[in-house]
Amino acid sequence: MTYLPKPKFHHPDIETNELGFTHRDYEGPISTLCAGCGHDSISGAIIRACFELSIEPHRVAKLSGIGCSSKTPTYFLGQSHGFNTVHGRMPSVLTGANMANRDLLYLGVSGDGDSASIGFGQFAHAIRRGVNMVYIVENNGVYGLTKGQFSATSDKGSKSKKGVANRDTPIDLVAMALQLGATFVARSFSGDKGQLVPLIKAAIEHKGAAFIDCISPCVAFNNHEGSTKSFDYVRAHNAALNSLDFITGRAPITADYAPGSVEDVKLHDGTTIKLHKLAEDHDVRDKGAAISALHRIQARGEIATGLVYLDSDPDDLHANLNTIARPLNTLNDADIVPGVAALAKINAALR
Amino acid sequence: MKPTDISDPAYFHKVVDCQWACPAHTPVPEYIRLIAAGRYSDAYMINWKSNVFPGILGRTCDRPCEPACRRGRVEKEPVAICRLKRVTADYKDDVTPLMPKPAAQKNGKRIACIGAGPASLTVARDLAPLGYEVTVFDQDPKAGGFMRTQIPKFRLPETVIDEEVGYVLDLGVKFRHQKIDSLKSIMSKGYDAVFVGTGAPRGRDLDCPGRKEAAANIHIGIDWLASVSFGHIDKIGKRVVVLGGGNTAMDCCRSSRRLGGEDVKVVVRSGFDEMKASPWEKEDAMHEGIPILNYLVPKEFTHDNGKLTGVVFEKVKAVRDEKGRRDLVPTGEPDMLIECDDVLMAVGQENSFPWIEKDVGIAFDRWGMPKVDPVTFESTAKGVFFGGDSAFGPKNIITAVAHGHEAAVSIDMMLNGQDIRQRPSPLTNLVSQKMGIHEWSYDNGVALDTRYKVPLEDAEIALKDIRTEVELGFDVKLAFAEAQRCLNCDAETVFTDKLCIECDACVDICPMDCITFTENGEEGDLRMRLNAPAHDTSQDLYVSGELKTKRIMVKDEDLCLHCGLCAERCPTGAWDMQKFYLEMTHAGAACRSKA
Repeated sequence: MTYLPKPKFHHPDIETNELGFTHRDYEGPISTLCAGCGHDSISGAIIRACFELSIEPHRVAKLSGIGCSSKTPTYFLGQSHGFNTVHGRMPSVLTGANMANRDLLYLGVSGDGDSASIGFGQFAHAIRRGVNMVYIVENNGVYGLTKGQFSATSDKGSKSKKGVANRDTPIDLVAMALQLGATFVARSFSGDKGQLVPLIKAAIEHKGAAFIDCISPCVAFNNHEGSTKSFDYVRAHNAALNSLDFITGRAPITADYAPGSVEDVKLHDGTTIKLHKLAEDHDVRDKGAAISALHRIQARGEIATGLVYLDSDPDDLHANLNTIARPLNTLNDADIVPGVAALAKINAALR
Repeated sequence: MKPTDISDPAYFHKVVDCQWACPAHTPVPEYIRLIAAGRYSDAYMINWKSNVFPGILGRTCDRPCEPACRRGRVEKEPVAICRLKRVTADYKDDVTPLMPKPAAQKNGKRIACIGAGPASLTVARDLAPLGYEVTVFDQDPKAGGFMRTQIPKFRLPETVIDEEVGYVLDLGVKFRHQKIDSLKSIMSKGYDAVFVGTGAPRGRDLDCPGRKEAAANIHIGIDWLASVSFGHIDKIGKRVVVLGGGNTAMDCCRSSRRLGGEDVKVVVRSGFDEMKASPWEKEDAMHEGIPILNYLVPKEFTHDNGKLTGVVFEKVKAVRDEKGRRDLVPTGEPDMLIECDDVLMAVGQENSFPWIEKDVGIAFDRWGMPKVDPVTFESTAKGVFFGGDSAFGPKNIITAVAHGHEAAVSIDMMLNGQDIRQRPSPLTNLVSQKMGIHEWSYDNGVALDTRYKVPLEDAEIALKDIRTEVELGFDVKLAFAEAQRCLNCDAETVFTDKLCIECDACVDICPMDCITFTENGEEGDLRMRLNAPAHDTSQDLYVSGELKTKRIMVKDEDLCLHCGLCAERCPTGAWDMQKFYLEMTHAGAACRSKA
């Protein structure tokens, strides 16, 4: 743990975004996680994504459960709203918050223990309901806070630091999210910001349940030989399906890719994702194919990363429930007390 | 790019910008940390060893270190290195027990130093403890040279000069008050080596109409300052015009203010920004109510009955010709008369060697300067060395000291039968500062304070007496606060590529976005691809060998705060903070064995 606050000085030529903020303005206090923790890299990627999208920090609500991963929202977006919930209950609190104020950007940060064990049901239902959110699982395959027991996402055969192999079948959260109806599903790796940052940006812009499973090596308990969630293992077995440039409608950038391998995926709000296909046969809009690609790659002993599935015209919970378009806290008496005439009308309808 | 060779001492030396910029390469961050720790005597001795005159330089140094200071790039102003040096002199204990002792046994070799300024005194200090019999000659009754005669006492009290010149003379150095008017006569006296450190003793004159007629009230700046210093002159007219824009001009005008000058003006030919005077000296002069008028070329001294009445100036402007050279051309406006009682001319200094005979074997160039080897400081006559202003023209004290050290090395090696071109390498050391998981043996917190001003004596009191020192110096509290502004650039970020797991922790934590992991390329291309572009090519890129992902680590040294957060957040110790210490090798056994 570092005790020193990060110095306020920054590079004199530091880049600013449309709001005039620097990426430093999206930071939080210094991390208390172990040095080198993958989670800190994910925090860095979230900072970068929010900076690049020029997101107003006060428009973001960060929610998390319990665990190393769930501590991280403290370390980014220090000017945003935050809610550190009970273990595994982040999805429910997030759903409630989203129902109350649909104008905020909801960032659920969870871990493999928080989402795949104690909060598995919560995870399932938030995804199933199509809550408009970015749900990131910082997946390191171990219970780091309790010194490295295998978690539910730990691969069968992966070895603990003491050399004991895991015998249980892992939960693949990406496959789960696909089954449960997430409209944006991706997997990435904390050690590859080039892939992770555009994914987070695309997930933020996605108006529906966006799920990112981010493999995040635990340097203290799960970064040794024999572990399937170590830096070396993930790098050696990473099968990237695609890489994407997230392009907002406002400022298009042209990436320099070989012709034919680039696909523009238009989103319903007019923004575009430029998809650089690495696996030629992978169509991100075909859910069935995505599921089989996942299985195929897993069977090869590799890890599929990148954008796995995208529904470019998703529904969200508010649309399904036909809720009012404004946040509840902006409603006044006239909105929420319809009056005697309306009551009489309802009563008449029931007679 | 190829991986950076950090075994080359020059690489990390360059990162310590202040030390690199200092002609004598004083280990600045090291003594600043000692000041913060209250170890003033130790801080003083580090300085003394390196630059011989910490108390003098702490008040008068040209401070090439400060424009180089990394702090000045990170925020607005550099660390007040020079004034911190003075702190070591002000608050030290009795340092005499720490000084080298005069040689118990002489080695039988005799050295003559001509001129008792900083260059000669440095040669004497380096050689006397080794057993050399060093005699220093000077035309003035006391040793110190221009430090004593040219720098007004309100900037540099005589006690400070006496003390620090004394430390040198106490090493068994002989001082002779004797003007040398023949190099031949000295060379014939059987000295084993002769060092010439006679400075640039002649002030330039201006040959304008009226110069002769009004001569009684027109003074050459440096001669006038010397007369003031020795008490031969103690007053000046009420209205004084100082011609010239260098530091001597600033000393002249401020001295005039203290000797009866009420309406003192500095007049310079070129623009205010082009003046040679250090910005802080200009500031000090203006602080004392002295206006600086620019773009005025002196044309004529007006006089009445042999008494100066004023100076006529032509108004000019700066024009650039097609080659971009600046030229001063008349504006065509009417000339301007500034009435005055006295004129001080500080329009430059020249070297002058009327006492060096043509046939002693010393070759001179067409500007009348001796041909001196810039490395060994030997002239074309074997065994005759030059240093300070007399070697390469007017510079400053710290440069003279650096010359003195090098000349002493040459003399010592020559008299031990060694090749003086084989220069000794500096002593360097690189040691990890890690004490615990997140503990370093230096204070790696970065203070956000802006530069502290040195408290000044009340202007009214200061202007009353030319011997009242204007600057009061930092007190202990201010010194600590200013010392904490130092970024500890000598705590080097050392990267071991084999240990790196490319977790990005250092990249994420670096407050200055110095660190990038990327594909290798040519330097120009790499500089533009970093997390923050590295435009300052005078600052190196630290490049690692190839990592597991075929990428490399590139660190732009330019704006690193040396906060050590990269090393604190590094899980494998691939980053480490290691203190780089470099000490120049001075004359003595070390320089001979290493050669």
